[in-house]
Amino acid sequence: MSATPSSDERSLQVSLPSSLESYHGFIQSILEHLEELGWKSSDLFAIHMALEESISNAIRHGNKEDPAKRVAIECEISSIRFWIRVCDEGAGFDPKAVPDCCDPDRLEVPGGRGLALMQAYMSRMEYNDRGNCLTMEKSLSAASSSPCRCD
Amino acid sequence: MATPRRLQVNESASISVVRFKDQKIIDPVAIQELGQELFDLIEKDDRKKIVLNFDNVEFLSSAALGKLITFEKKAKRTGAQMILTNISPEIYQVFAITNLDKLFKIKDSEADALAVL
Repeated sequence: MSATPSSDERSLQVSLPSSLESYHGFIQSILEHLEELGWKSSDLFAIHMALEESISNAIRHGNKEDPAKRVAIECEISSIRFWIRVCDEGAGFDPKAVPDCCDPDRLEVPGGRGLALMQAYMSRMEYNDRGNCLTMEKSLSAASSSPCRCD
Repeated sequence: MATPRRLQVNESASISVVRFKDQKIIDPVAIQELGQELFDLIEKDDRKKIVLNFDNVEFLSSAALGKLITFEKKAKRTGAQMILTNISPEIYQVFAITNLDKLFKIKDSEADALAVL
């Protein structure tokens, strides 16, 4: 982790079922807590996007909505830093093999935009070697990464 | 057309003005229903000029973007024109990050869209 922990940092671990109807309460609780810590609405929007895309990807593409599999989440939040690791029980994937959704020839392809959105909204984002665990961080003290823009 | 659950559709001359009832377009069932209601506009009701007004939309996922892209392709195939309007700065950024601001025709307001359709 790249940022220095602040005194108000809290951490939590949850295990979510592989259902696309099961995780919105968790996201809402994280956003409410961040709002209490003073995060502004544009940052909450960014984190909401990262949570939505990462957890839905883990359920849909990672665990393939298999009820026998879970999504494990570790999260650390403070007034200056949001950090999360989302792991599914799937085989993993190579994010470099995902076609660039910004490619003008692929603009009409319906899927593949979640990765670009997470990359744009987070300060840092990386998958483990297997490709089944995603770690993301948004730090108010660090400059955000460049949006995934191809123009 | 059956009463839509996810959309509010108003007719203005030959133009269909569509608003989204959901403030957050996330739920997969809602996105599926929303998509079908949009598709019905052009495939069943033969609407040729459509304004999608986003003034009620506070958040949407990439799955919702995917449904809008499919709708745009269907509209193009049937010769329907479609313009997106009243997009908040935060939602517009989602379109810009994914380059969809280049795929969709976007106007600031409903009046701007009605003026060119």
